[in-house]
Amino acid sequence: MEKFITLTSTVVPLPIENVDTDQIIPARFLKATDKSGFGDNLFADWRYDKDGSPKADFVLNNATFSGSILVAGKNFGSGSSREHAAWAIDGYGFKVVVSSFFADIFQNNALNNGVLPVVVSTEFLAEIFESVNANPASTLTIDLLNQMITSNAGGKSETFAINAYKKECLLNGLDDIDYLLSKKTQTEEYEKARI
Amino acid sequence: MNNTENNEKRSTTPPLGGRGVDQGATLFDKIWDAHVVSSVENGPTQLYIDRHFCHEVTSPQAFNGLRARGLKVFRPEQTTLTADHNTPTINQDKPVNDPISRNQLDTFAGNAVEFNLPLYFPLGHIKNGVVHIIGPENGFTHPGATIVCGDSHTSTHGAFGAIAFGIGTSEVEMVLATQCVLQTRPKTMRISFNGKLNAGVTAKDLALYMISKLTTGGATGYFVEYAGEAIRSMSMEERMTVCNLSIEMGARGGLIAPDQTTFDYVKGREFAPQGSDWDKKRTYWQTLKTDAGAKFDEELVFDAADIQPMITYGTNPGMGMGINESIPTLDKVDEAGRISFQKSLEYMGFEAGEKLEGKAIDYVFLGSCTNGRIEDFRVFANYVKGKKKAENVTAWLVPGSWMVEKQIREEGLFDILTDAGFALRQPGCSACLAMNDDKVPAGKYAVSTSNRNFEGRQGPGARTILAGPLVAAAAAVTGRITDPR
Repeated sequence: MEKFITLTSTVVPLPIENVDTDQIIPARFLKATDKSGFGDNLFADWRYDKDGSPKADFVLNNATFSGSILVAGKNFGSGSSREHAAWAIDGYGFKVVVSSFFADIFQNNALNNGVLPVVVSTEFLAEIFESVNANPASTLTIDLLNQMITSNAGGKSETFAINAYKKECLLNGLDDIDYLLSKKTQTEEYEKARI
Repeated sequence: MNNTENNEKRSTTPPLGGRGVDQGATLFDKIWDAHVVSSVENGPTQLYIDRHFCHEVTSPQAFNGLRARGLKVFRPEQTTLTADHNTPTINQDKPVNDPISRNQLDTFAGNAVEFNLPLYFPLGHIKNGVVHIIGPENGFTHPGATIVCGDSHTSTHGAFGAIAFGIGTSEVEMVLATQCVLQTRPKTMRISFNGKLNAGVTAKDLALYMISKLTTGGATGYFVEYAGEAIRSMSMEERMTVCNLSIEMGARGGLIAPDQTTFDYVKGREFAPQGSDWDKKRTYWQTLKTDAGAKFDEELVFDAADIQPMITYGTNPGMGMGINESIPTLDKVDEAGRISFQKSLEYMGFEAGEKLEGKAIDYVFLGSCTNGRIEDFRVFANYVKGKKKAENVTAWLVPGSWMVEKQIREEGLFDILTDAGFALRQPGCSACLAMNDDKVPAGKYAVSTSNRNFEGRQGPGARTILAGPLVAAAAAVTGRITDPR
């Protein structure tokens, strides 16, 4: 996994609530057997017409907005456990998703792929949407070490929470599986003890 | 099952999971604590997994990961595999038409062989079917167990008094490699349904009612225990429907304390404990209940008598209402949510304040891990007996497994359904997520017994109205949204 330390970027605003993983990557795109290529179908049904041409009114097709931070309405990533949603977001080039609330499994899946979910207050989220609409060139800075998100347009900052272990994993680019493999002896002892 | 001593030696978790000495433990606490292998300081718990279910869609990248690291599957006999999501529901004896789907199924088969996984049930196998249906019916699902699958509806297995939850593919790889996952301990919530359900109200209606009250994110971060008379008097099939839908309000999972109903269901199934092992396990399972005085982080109580047959009107499962009610007017929706609410109604072709009873529909889907069990087919068949399917309705009746299919025939339900103009398809997830050809066309309305009414879930542009098997049966014979009572 790639390390994540700090990031400053313009943002792509998606002010919709309850964005479910079927919207992030529809089920008919889950037939692949590897992790690559999902970015092309990120938000496929919102992004493309039936004939595959881009829908002008969807934010990913609007050249005004770009960047590696996606900002979305509350309860982002609800629904299916498909990790393909995290692969699609990562594959498209987003490194951070900001929202006021995330669904559990999506949050885990994102972290396991080096995509950082940042939870902000409802007020801060509203301010981000306002400032990016007023000026699409405005940026956010995410400082993982200090757990700080800053809206560079107005200079406002907010701290965000992250599990200390997950933070270490991201800062150092480590996977959970490395940790679990290192605990093999304990796992075997556990199995013996319970029978 | 006494690991206490070992756990305390290794664990940095406070004893009793942080509870006070005088405070009892919840059912969830008891199962969780019995599965802690180690804990990361200020971090997650290494949780041991008893049963891992795999399907073809969320596992290939995990097997690739094992291959890349040169790892084996740590406990093959604790891994059960079935193909269900990306499979046709006709002509399963013939090669799958879609080459990309076929490749995924072939990859799944290849992984089962390469990693020496004996519990692999491919298309056409008598034990094949929807993962959350074949697990319990073959006796893989036990009280007190920890169960995972790369599928959010793994919560279904909680009906047996198990900690069961959906995981992502990275975690599938972890479980394959180590039989463990790293999990943060969720908060606990108890939802009680006092009293009895009204006639004509099913477990699905109870669940849709609950989700409409909690909203789609209302239980995020929690593991839910369902309790109360209405839950206790349910069959295992009904309990599975309720636990299945836990994820639709954001919960990590949901569970119900095991009782005689549970033991009667599990006993004698092929992979259930047998003989003296059964007696030993059963004695332990009888201790699996929340102690008096145990504290939950959140407690909710509903009156079962308040619940009517339910339908959804929007594009998430929290947008539900009684079948005789009207869609909320805009002033009832909080301001921040209005854009999403309007977008949702626009997609569905409905108006705020509109009543949906009597509205014409095009498709009916009976099936899925939510309502594809034998009891759902009994309810449906009992209603349509002596009636005829509406001509304007396309009905897809998809048993959850070959065992359910067999039972439908043995109980005479097949003849009742055929006489009423219905046909059975072959088992699989089918139109629940429309990965195969069972897609509802754009703009068409489907009354569906599945679990999600998200935009495009049943096909691009498809409009899903979630309901229980009884409302689905009524819609199938009238061609309209109809109160079955």
